[in-house]
Amino acid sequence: MIALPRPLRQALTLLLVPLAVAALVLPAQAQIKFREITSPKGITAWMVEDYTVPIITLAFAFEGGAAQDPDDQLGRANLMSSLLDEGAGDLGSEAFQIRLDEVGLELGFSADQDTFSGSARMLADQRGEAAPLLALAVNAPRFDQPAVDRMRAQIMAGLVARSEDPGYAARLMWNKALFGDHPYGRPEEGTLETLPNISLQDLKAYHHAVFARDTLKVGIVGAISPDAAGALIDQVFGGLAETPELKPVLQAELSFGQELAVDYPLPQTSINMAFPGVAEDHPDFFPARVLTELVAGRGLLSTLNVEVREKRGLSYGVSGSMVNLEHAEAITIGTSTSPAQADEAVEVIRATLSGVAENGPQQDELERIKRYLIGAFPINQLRSSISIARAMVGQQLRDLPIDYIEERTERIEAVSAAEVQAVAQEIFTAEPSLMLVGPDPDPEQE
Amino acid sequence: MHRSALGLLTGFAFVVSAVAQETVPAPAISQFTLDNGLEVVVIPDPRAPIVTHMVWYRVGAADEPPGQSGVAHFLEHLMFRGTEAYPAGVLARMVSELGGNMNAFTSADVTTYFQTVPPDALGEMMAIEADRMRNVALPPEVIDAERSVVMEERRQVIESRPEGVLAEAFAATQFQNHPYGSPVIGWAHEIAALSREDALSFYNQYYAPNNALVVIAGDVELDTVRELAESTYGAVPPVPDLPERVRPEEPPQETSRTVTLSDPRVALPGFTRGWVVPSYRTAETGEAEALDVLAALLSDGTRSRLYQELVVEQGIAVRAGASYGGSAYDVATFTLSGAPRPGTSLDDLEAAIYAEIEDIIANGVTQEELDRVTTRFIRDTVFLRDDPANMARSYGLWLANGRTIEELANWPQTIAAVTPEAVQDVAARYLRPENAVTGYLLPEAQEQAQ
Repeated sequence: MIALPRPLRQALTLLLVPLAVAALVLPAQAQIKFREITSPKGITAWMVEDYTVPIITLAFAFEGGAAQDPDDQLGRANLMSSLLDEGAGDLGSEAFQIRLDEVGLELGFSADQDTFSGSARMLADQRGEAAPLLALAVNAPRFDQPAVDRMRAQIMAGLVARSEDPGYAARLMWNKALFGDHPYGRPEEGTLETLPNISLQDLKAYHHAVFARDTLKVGIVGAISPDAAGALIDQVFGGLAETPELKPVLQAELSFGQELAVDYPLPQTSINMAFPGVAEDHPDFFPARVLTELVAGRGLLSTLNVEVREKRGLSYGVSGSMVNLEHAEAITIGTSTSPAQADEAVEVIRATLSGVAENGPQQDELERIKRYLIGAFPINQLRSSISIARAMVGQQLRDLPIDYIEERTERIEAVSAAEVQAVAQEIFTAEPSLMLVGPDPDPEQE
Repeated sequence: MHRSALGLLTGFAFVVSAVAQETVPAPAISQFTLDNGLEVVVIPDPRAPIVTHMVWYRVGAADEPPGQSGVAHFLEHLMFRGTEAYPAGVLARMVSELGGNMNAFTSADVTTYFQTVPPDALGEMMAIEADRMRNVALPPEVIDAERSVVMEERRQVIESRPEGVLAEAFAATQFQNHPYGSPVIGWAHEIAALSREDALSFYNQYYAPNNALVVIAGDVELDTVRELAESTYGAVPPVPDLPERVRPEEPPQETSRTVTLSDPRVALPGFTRGWVVPSYRTAETGEAEALDVLAALLSDGTRSRLYQELVVEQGIAVRAGASYGGSAYDVATFTLSGAPRPGTSLDDLEAAIYAEIEDIIANGVTQEELDRVTTRFIRDTVFLRDDPANMARSYGLWLANGRTIEELANWPQTIAAVTPEAVQDVAARYLRPENAVTGYLLPEAQEQAQ
């Protein structure tokens, strides 16, 4: 029951999930400074030392996520992410989880298309007991058959549960249409056909291939000294192989200009659009980032929210984001509205985007967006130790220097109205891919 | 993460655990009340240059006049249409330029507005909230568009989801007299009839300093907040005729009821079974804590009874959970829910889940289970402190709904004092099949087969 748009169906995609970390900047005035440390065994990590709350939080990531899944083993990375707290070393699932509780360690793992990530949170005064358990989970997961079978069954049951959901079917179709045969076009959680193919050996092989020091990124925050943090990092990651064994993933060529429809008698029609994005190392990146925020950013003030929601009451909100994956980028825009208004909503969105391309941003709006992007970093990224740790990992994954914040601030400040308009003309005058999910507006013609 | 978390229930206490107590002092939480009745709570946290400012009105959907369901939430939307001093968009623009964020939400018991901004902007935020506490403009020309937005929100959040439709009907069946049975967003036909005057009348009656709580968490000091509060909120006059907060009471529930929704979008069936039980505010001493512990030992984490028995041992459930909504102002609900593994019948799963309750009623629980739950609860209170915005939310919720800082401070001790007998007792007393409401979400084919 939120007054501002936080649409549930923002750009219905498996892949095109907003990567908030990837797009925000730290202002010069932030008091929290990232520092680089190197462990005795030579592992580099970023850290923030802070004793306010007696906890230690660790985030880490390895390159190589679901895009590494073999075609006949889709869902492998995701399945593994559900198994790293299901037993390790000489502790079976039950013993491991009892021990987790005893030592006050919270673990979380996840895989996206490009990376395998983990996080751990522990009470500082239980570090001595918690760290060895984390090390076991990272180095020696057991993948016992009963645990694998149970987690696989849960994932498959989830797929069955979604099998009649038109929204889910649409997501699969959308990704397939946009990415074609590229690995990004495949379902990350696998399918009913591929999940049974994944053996214990396959999981072990994936673990072995991906958990390696060369691509490891670590962020550590909390009540711990740099020396102790180095020792902790060595304890957890020091025993891993040096080099991963990753398959190369090609750059994705997205298909735009497609029109897709899923006819289904729903109370609302959801509207999804995908436009070409801009890679982070491209000169147009910052103007494109500003543009995306201007037209479809958070809150009531974005151009599309003003036109679609505030002026016309057509929707609960319009959302959008620029997505930057390792090998693809896109700008996505999504909303939902009652079916009779779907055409009008699409028209308003198109006209609004054309208007920005034609006239460029108003100067005061441009300044507001730039100030938002610069100021939002501490608010969104430094609010808790887990968000700080993840921000540090995200920055390392994207090969950004530790002091990149100031450079980003300068580059955002330097974005001009003319640059934003030029990017808008480039992006919003091309035909997007469009997908509507909802009732057939004209059933009698069929 | 594949397991259910504890939800709201662990989210509030600040006193640190026995484990960590020697090393860390509890945060210095302060509370004061202005002459006009406004309560202020300050939770300092200097780690990052951020502050969260939340205004909690002690009014929600359960306080709406008959026939005007949704008016509390509609007003929440309209509050963003501005005042004479701060016209529409000023707050949004200010927060945006600071890189901050803002939002609001309405529940059955409270309506809440909040901003997260750099500390320098706190005074401005307080000035704006203080102004719109009594001076909202509600220009007539925006009413229709905003009502349309709410209707789209209703379609998106409830009507487009089978789970949403069932949950709404479930609550309406669960509560026979208490307004907790009405959806917070309102019934569609009543939203359609809401007028500017309805919203204004609700506003005039309830939006006042003597019906509000302000919670501020983050990089601020008590003295600064006190000065700012005096100079902003302090100038707002209280309403003299604030109604006493008495809602229609629920009669004793003597029947079991069933709510069923079949939908072609559902492939895997699910069920929810719920009871009306005491909340923390209405419970006899210790009962709410026992219900909290009961829900946790049933379904918090992988060592919980439902997960171990139904997912690991019997392998018949995809999910199985229990939850207790003890933060409600009036009565609360306790619910069991689950979904069977494909190939397993819903009936078998439902019976197996309820068998766990029968086992507790017959054989009780162990002290070891209680100890494990207590340790987790206490650990979660330390982890909660990692996020000032969450601290503000948790404290605000509980304090707005009638609990005190002292009660929250003592919560870990009262949880630790829960006995196996107390858990057994609340299970036996409240979770009876004779007065349960059960909701079924079914695939279309299954309904036709019945």
